Amino acid sequence: MFAPFILALRQAGIPASVTEYLALLGAMQAGVAEYSVEDFYFLSRTALVKHERYLDRFDRVFGEYFRALEAPEGPAPRALPEEWLRRLAEKLLTPAEMARIEALGGFDRLMDTLRQRLAEQQSRHQGGSKWIGTAGTSPFGAYGYNPEGVRIGQAESRHRRAVKVWDRREFRDLDDEVELGTRGIKLALRRLRRFARQGAATELDLADTVRCTANNAGHLDLKLVAERHNAVKVLLLLDIGGSMDEHVRECEELFSAARSEFKHLEHYYFHNCPYERLWRSNHRRNDNAVATDQVLRTYGPDYKLILVGDASMSPYEVTQPGGSVEHWNEEAGGVWLQRLTGHYRRSAWLNPLDPRRWGHSLSVAMLRQLMAGRMFPMTLAGIEEMTRELAK
Amino acid sequence: MRFTSTDRYIASRDLEVAVNAAVTLQRPLLVKGEPGTGKTVLAQEVAQALGHRLIEWHVKSTTKAQQGLYEYDAVSRLRDGQLGDPRVHDIGNYILRGKLWDAFDSDEPVVVLIDEVDKADIEFPNDLLLELDRMQFFVYETRQTVAAKRRPVVIITSNNEKELPDAFLRRCFFHYIRFPDRETMQRIVHTHYPDIRQDLAREALEVFFKVRDVPGLKKKPATSELLDWLKLLMVEDLPAEALRSRETHVVIPPLHGALLKNEQDVHLFERLAFLSRRNG
Repeated sequence: MFAPFILALRQAGIPASVTEYLALLGAMQAGVAEYSVEDFYFLSRTALVKHERYLDRFDRVFGEYFRALEAPEGPAPRALPEEWLRRLAEKLLTPAEMARIEALGGFDRLMDTLRQRLAEQQSRHQGGSKWIGTAGTSPFGAYGYNPEGVRIGQAESRHRRAVKVWDRREFRDLDDEVELGTRGIKLALRRLRRFARQGAATELDLADTVRCTANNAGHLDLKLVAERHNAVKVLLLLDIGGSMDEHVRECEELFSAARSEFKHLEHYYFHNCPYERLWRSNHRRNDNAVATDQVLRTYGPDYKLILVGDASMSPYEVTQPGGSVEHWNEEAGGVWLQRLTGHYRRSAWLNPLDPRRWGHSLSVAMLRQLMAGRMFPMTLAGIEEMTRELAK
Repeated sequence: MRFTSTDRYIASRDLEVAVNAAVTLQRPLLVKGEPGTGKTVLAQEVAQALGHRLIEWHVKSTTKAQQGLYEYDAVSRLRDGQLGDPRVHDIGNYILRGKLWDAFDSDEPVVVLIDEVDKADIEFPNDLLLELDRMQFFVYETRQTVAAKRRPVVIITSNNEKELPDAFLRRCFFHYIRFPDRETMQRIVHTHYPDIRQDLAREALEVFFKVRDVPGLKKKPATSELLDWLKLLMVEDLPAEALRSRETHVVIPPLHGALLKNEQDVHLFERLAFLSRRNG
């Protein structure tokens, strides 16, 4: 009866299967939904959706399917991390602009007005959203980011007339098109795990106990060993800022997956290419920078070095002293990279850039050469390949 | 027997439907949501509402799936063998039952809570697939199959620290506890503190939602934090005016230690308060 609905869900990318469909039918038959549309909505949601990131998509398909509404145009835009947006706004706004925002009634008011304008605009034009983006006199121009990214399009105008629960789309924030799920990354990174016994002896070593008991003429002689722990040490260097901004989310995912997978994970940031200084927190990069030499001294060659960056920069950054975009460097980026790869026995470069675009930039080719070909795309397959290389 | 809101626990309609679907179809219910929105309490309330006993299995990072079923104590058997204890001839004496065995073996229906399933190893849920699906497992040492006499109601909570495998999800009903809106929150506050002063509750909620709206907070305060904070406010007997600020901009709420659990958040607040004072 609802088979086309399931198909519509699958088409929207919600992994609902026959098992879930049968569960829904079973619950319907058992009378859980009690002939109310709202209950049916709740029931089908609990049976068919298994991750909160799909809840918004489910609401859209449900509304569309059961009321023959027009589908929202285009793919749902991606949400940007809120904190990041805020930082950006703080960074880009001059005091004069801040005053102008205050004159408009503060940040919240401004966002409200923005929403209102966007809503008005949609009722006049067909889907055009240039208006806000290019208006030089509009206060929104000052932001320097595309307001479309804030996800205040169709959903808000719907919001006004929405009465039904699924039309409220309360789960909007949780939807994201994550290509690389953290689980996938974790499983890929798992290959890297080396287990070693460390710490207090708490686990029974059966083989040794049997042998020692036999040697002991049958008197029980317990042998314990330490539990096995993940002993892989990873030094992660992340490129931050500039052209890396569009890859923020993937890097965050990689980082969070890696963090819980390794006991020893050290991370530092660099910009474009590692030079003589690295820093721990990007927030205060000027006061807590650490000399790269010191990092080399602190973390021994048994650490596995993973550099994450799009390797897109001016070729001078790699070849010339003083080529860095933000400071005067005595030695070229390439020299520092060679020093790093020479120190660590295993190293690799992860590149979030699509491999098909690697050929377009000279610096990618140069760094690839410096890494002796150990540059991998930041996809599941790429991470797998990298871990295989690092685990060799 | 149906699960509905009680005088101690406010459940939204969608949560009721989800619980009833899981109870009726005898499938596990996976509950996710922000920390502090009452995931663990839900199991207690469901058990209460259905009149069942609750068996809690709290998962830790070292928990193995096998521990929920049974463990074989080889060491004490070896020792007993040396001491010539007659118990040693029956291997069954050294099988220690786990929480799930207890639940399967119970004559009366029970509710099983598997709390914070995401804390355990990434393969933990996969190791429980068959057990939760068929509600039975095999004990290798004694060659016996333990099957549930009555299928228990299983409630699993997750804090989203790890993604759960698809095969596991397919066997569960899923519910995401949304953060309660203002009206629901008022009801929740009222059920917990029926004798709180009205003006204090109103102002506190006002401040609470304002704090939650501050962008960039690392850990937004949730229901449990609000309840703790209210309790503090009541104990301190603060007047409602202490919470009310005539200006529109941000101030640090009194006793904020109960609401903000992260020094970065407190820091963010101080910065915002400083900015708004300077501009105001």
